[in-house]
Amino acid sequence: MMHMRPQDILLPVAAGLCCKPGGFHIDPVRSVERAVITHGHSDHARAGHGAVLATQETLDMMRLRYGENFAGSTQAIRYGEEIRLGDVTVKFHPAGHVLGSAQIAVTCKDTCIVASGDYKDAPDPTCTPFELVPCDVFITEATFGLPVFRHGDAADEVRKLLASVALFPERAHLVGAYSLGKAQRVIALLRAVGYDAPIYLHGAMETITHYYQSRGIDLGELRPAKGAKKAALAGTITLAPPSATSDLWTRRFPDPVTAFASGWMRVRARARQRGVELPLVISDHADWDGLTATIAATGAGEIWVTHGQEDALVHWCRSKGLKAQPLDLVGYGDEEESETPIQGEAEA
Amino acid sequence: MNRFAELLDRLAYEPGRNNKLRLITGYFREVGDPDRGYALAALTGALSFKHAKPALIRDLIAARTDEVLFGLSYDYVGDLSETVALMWPKASLAAHNNPPPPTLTEVVTTLRTLGKTELPKQLERWLDELDETGRWALLKLVTGALRIGISARLAKTAAAALGDKDPHEIELIWPGLAPPYLDLFAWLEGRGDKPVNRDPAPFRPVMLAHAIEDGDFAALDPADYIAEWKWDGIRVQAVAGRDDRGHITARLYSRTGEDITGSFPDLVPSLRLPGAIDGELLILREGRVQSFNVLQQRLNRKVVSPKLIKEFPIHLRAYDLLGDDENDLRELPFAERREHLERFIGKLGDPRIDLSPTVPFASWEALTAARADPASAGAGEDADAVEGVMLKRRDAPYLPGRPKGQWWKWKRDPHIIDAVLMYAQRGHGKRSSYYSDYTFGVWTAGDAGDELVPVGKAYFGFTDEELLQIDRFVRRNTTEKFGPVRHVVHESDKGLVLEVAFEGLQRSPRHKSGVAMRFPRISRLRWDKPPREADRLETLEKMLKAEPAEIEV
Repeated sequence: MMHMRPQDILLPVAAGLCCKPGGFHIDPVRSVERAVITHGHSDHARAGHGAVLATQETLDMMRLRYGENFAGSTQAIRYGEEIRLGDVTVKFHPAGHVLGSAQIAVTCKDTCIVASGDYKDAPDPTCTPFELVPCDVFITEATFGLPVFRHGDAADEVRKLLASVALFPERAHLVGAYSLGKAQRVIALLRAVGYDAPIYLHGAMETITHYYQSRGIDLGELRPAKGAKKAALAGTITLAPPSATSDLWTRRFPDPVTAFASGWMRVRARARQRGVELPLVISDHADWDGLTATIAATGAGEIWVTHGQEDALVHWCRSKGLKAQPLDLVGYGDEEESETPIQGEAEA
Repeated sequence: MNRFAELLDRLAYEPGRNNKLRLITGYFREVGDPDRGYALAALTGALSFKHAKPALIRDLIAARTDEVLFGLSYDYVGDLSETVALMWPKASLAAHNNPPPPTLTEVVTTLRTLGKTELPKQLERWLDELDETGRWALLKLVTGALRIGISARLAKTAAAALGDKDPHEIELIWPGLAPPYLDLFAWLEGRGDKPVNRDPAPFRPVMLAHAIEDGDFAALDPADYIAEWKWDGIRVQAVAGRDDRGHITARLYSRTGEDITGSFPDLVPSLRLPGAIDGELLILREGRVQSFNVLQQRLNRKVVSPKLIKEFPIHLRAYDLLGDDENDLRELPFAERREHLERFIGKLGDPRIDLSPTVPFASWEALTAARADPASAGAGEDADAVEGVMLKRRDAPYLPGRPKGQWWKWKRDPHIIDAVLMYAQRGHGKRSSYYSDYTFGVWTAGDAGDELVPVGKAYFGFTDEELLQIDRFVRRNTTEKFGPVRHVVHESDKGLVLEVAFEGLQRSPRHKSGVAMRFPRISRLRWDKPPREADRLETLEKMLKAEPAEIEV
């Protein structure tokens, strides 16, 4: 039997990660005939493909964002389910990133490659926990691929938020959070530490948040911020897309404290650049310790590093005797929600 | 230490003064002695220990991390203490038996006595024990780079709020206090007597003036007031007193009570009579007062070299006397204090200290004329250093703060130009949803005809209503966006003309236009004026008076 080289199975091309023997692309950034999609963030899940294979949640999210006709046809797949596509088999495993997010294991003959999409190994009450998948080649993201990124316990960060609400009861707290995943996780974290007051939502996050609730995730009482009286918003918490927290919209709140829930908040200059007053280090991506621990645990001898701080992670892999290379994929890491994305800042 | 670090962390992001106060007061209320006392000392710059050099911190991290990873991280973060704090590897619990993190008190008292050779090991232990924010604060503290935008005055005000006291009361006793300020906190919490200031040369809270407006004069009688020139220098309080052994101690304080004696050692020998002078710090060359631009070159210097002292000779122009030897004069009417002052300065007979002359006037018309032309009204060759007149009620006692109707400042009219709005940037805090920082320019001849060159930046002077109008204009007339900055349309017939008022002009090689404004602010919006009618750079250049050649220091 002829031995397959990993790049014969998966190869980066302009449209994304292409699996020739399987006849599909993973998270393609251009329209393709057959797309296999890891999760619902807009830089990974785009409209206009012929056929889409993804988890039910990811398909639902795409439908909510792009409308019914976002793809020619769709097929839902469950975690742990295996599907044969051309000469390869494809199996989905939970990635722990957002609701419905998956790592995709592609096996051809005796070689297994895991494309992990975006992932995190930290606990998250709003999605299925990350599953470690042993493989030969592990494709990892590197959004927080520098040893300065260590995210700590997210519960401590929401406690910090609640301490601020207690200290400034006459002010409103606006928490910038990406509307898919981060916002719901922040709400769930607040509920987990016992905050049971109503939480307000910016209009742009209502649909996706209600979808989370429809999937059985308990987020407590939520109210639209729209229409609420200014005085009534004192002492409350409102979740909003990051771009909204520094715009006209904020004028409806009494003397708002601007918070931002993101892994980028670990670095002061980033927080200051955005004019954030209360940075909350809460990330939906693995931090440095998470990335390195995961890479080691997969047992993969070869690591491909995509979107983020590839240099540092590739260096680390090589220093551990692993074969590693940056995978130059264009188009990831710019989630649409940030109206004025700061250079190099991905949804995080 | 972690709790103090948390406070510093929050303060570093908080733009509002009142919110900063609440954060600090909250900390004082929550944290007990002696930690909060050392925190107050850290915030007021009252801690003294030998600082660690950045090279030592680099060595510590180099021994624990990969060089390439450190380099990439440092490049990304841009701050040594922060990079080290974030990437310091977690200590293995077994090796350290998991001791609790150090308290602020432990850190401060240890650093005071620690030998230089023991410092690296001690720092390592602490870095192992603290969390990210704790490590960051520790490294900022030990390298002496705490810079978090908190003035000593603000920290004292926060302490005063703990006991509902006036911050002036703390200023008064402050020179006699030492960390960790147990007696101060006991007093503030009503558990002890007010500490007594045994300092022989204490600071007295200063009296400030209101800006006078045209409408105010009608209610004022010229006979009730004494006028003086308002000097464009630095307000100081020069205090001398005898200690227990009869030796003279002399100190120079800023208007907020900060001890700035160290920056002006050349003035100290002149402060040999016990007393407290309120006056203006100026540079005099050959008997002539130099401009503020010249004075500025002597300020905020880390090292005061003999050359600096020689080339920027310091001078004190006195206008009030708060204490004469043992006697507190502050309750006396100003006219009487002025007599004491004149006698005191005469007795002192020192060329570095002179009297600020009064400006005689019989009517507001006469004073208006004097203010318009100080040179012929007695200021003579020093007229350029006069920025207006001060009016002080003859019967006013010396009251701390800004009491109503006692002292007035009447500045000369500012310079005014019409400039064109070029760029706008979002503000901070309450203004973070508004474009409230404006870069404006004037016309100059360019390669392809006239073009606008930026001459300054202003972020106040407008009313709330005007801010809304400009904000709306910026949003509707943006030509390009660069991060938080918007390019606003500025063509000869499209754009917004701003009337900009400013106090002075300086040559500046750092600005493309070659000039820099002092204290620029938006005084009016000229919706009526097309941009092509805005001022030209030549107008500004004409305003630039020939300053004496600047001296390399």
